[in-house]
Amino acid sequence: MNPEQMLFSKTHEWVAVSPDPSGAKIATVGITAFALEALTDLVFIELPPPGRKVSAGEPFGVVESVKAVSDLSSPVDGEIVEANRAAAERPESLAQDPYGAGWLVKIRIADETALAALMDYAGYQSQCEQETGEH
Amino acid sequence: MDRSSLLTPLYEWHVAHGARMVDFAGWSMPLQYTSILQEHAATRSACGILDISHMGRLRFEGPGAEQFLAALLTRRVGDLRLGQVRYSLVTNDEGGILDDVLVGHYHDENGQPFYVVVVNAANREKIIRWTDDHLPRARAEARGQEVVVSDVTRLWAMFAIQGPKSVEVLQPLVDADLENMRYYNGELVRILHPAARRQGGIVSRTGYTGEDGFELSIGAGIARGVWEALLELGKPLGLVPTGIGARDILRLEAGMPLYGHELTEEVNPFEAGLEFTCYLTGVDFPGRDALRRLESEPPKRARVGLELASRRVAREGFPVLHASEQVGRITSGTFSPTLGKSIAMAYVRPDCAGPHADLRVDIRGQPEPARVVPLPFYRRSAKGAST
Repeated sequence: MNPEQMLFSKTHEWVAVSPDPSGAKIATVGITAFALEALTDLVFIELPPPGRKVSAGEPFGVVESVKAVSDLSSPVDGEIVEANRAAAERPESLAQDPYGAGWLVKIRIADETALAALMDYAGYQSQCEQETGEH
Repeated sequence: MDRSSLLTPLYEWHVAHGARMVDFAGWSMPLQYTSILQEHAATRSACGILDISHMGRLRFEGPGAEQFLAALLTRRVGDLRLGQVRYSLVTNDEGGILDDVLVGHYHDENGQPFYVVVVNAANREKIIRWTDDHLPRARAEARGQEVVVSDVTRLWAMFAIQGPKSVEVLQPLVDADLENMRYYNGELVRILHPAARRQGGIVSRTGYTGEDGFELSIGAGIARGVWEALLELGKPLGLVPTGIGARDILRLEAGMPLYGHELTEEVNPFEAGLEFTCYLTGVDFPGRDALRRLESEPPKRARVGLELASRRVAREGFPVLHASEQVGRITSGTFSPTLGKSIAMAYVRPDCAGPHADLRVDIRGQPEPARVVPLPFYRRSAKGAST
């Protein structure tokens, strides 16, 4: 998937929205390449089971790297329909394809309003540049 | 980067080679060049080279040096042979650990003996003050018993060459017989490379990774040339520059304590499991009387190794629980790539320190099962053993 067509949260999740066969909107969520680079080597990912309700801005999972632990925040209100078990079992592989095979969860969107608060690619790029400058 | 950070002679090389620099004990050090896990794997399977020029190095010489050091360190110094290196502690008057150090006994080009004490970067200034306090001028200048102490940290670079290929990597560069150098021994060497500009160095078979390996001290002025020469020599053998991120995992797997984490002034050697460093029947040193007393008292806590059931990392400060009661605290933790398990060191109540004690670590509110396992977590296979 092309990150330039995705949406981004302040907490470094990426979101790609697409309809499922029933017409419901599905948000595929992952961690950005920038965040993976900052976290360094991942060693643990905890993802919620399908059926779990999630809320925009609330944690739905955990990623741990050698150096740090970080919550995964849901960018939308909705329900988990699928979690990427293969990625959770091989956290070290996430950085190889963060916008493709490295997706983490698919959420059936219940309320789209939170999507409006997300950044586009250019907006996210400038946030990353700012954060880099602060270090 | 903080302008007040101390820089090693290799700082510019690190930056030019994409290292992520972090502050470590006031020094700007490479956390990683590529990936912490890749660098860790290279050191376990082939060889890693680490810039450890931040380590404090104090040189003691003069006819009174031996006696003075013997009266400062917890370990015996008087019977150190030339070329021998020993792990020791420096304790305060209460028996608390001021630092853990390596003391090496060498002689220079003119046959004059001297000692090098390698101290933790974070403790360098403290130990220099401690040394000064115990070496009044009259003592330092006593006729026939003179002691000269010099801080050579900024004058000498120090590299660690660690891993099963370390003999092969380093041998072409030095004139010592590395294969037959004994563990915890070292000697003055000539550096067989034009980049060294005919300067010598000190090589010891020591390290902080649990692998076979060497530590090389050379003049700061030739550090970059020799570092690059080593990388070129070692490349076909799998040598990679390795940062302090990998070093922390390597030492933790090897069960080695890190000052500021497992060791502090509030911890005594018996709690830390380092009683072997305390020589309480010989020369008096600061803390000896306190340690004699502590030796006969039941310890309040014990350093243990923990293995977690989950892959989650038990980080410093996390509570250790037994039946929902807090019985200790994590001092260091990581995910061990060698074992494929989450491991940690902790101080726990002595009654919870027995092998296989069933404990839990409170990981951000979630109690994760952990059991006490013997240290070290990882022990390299014996030399010559089939792999």
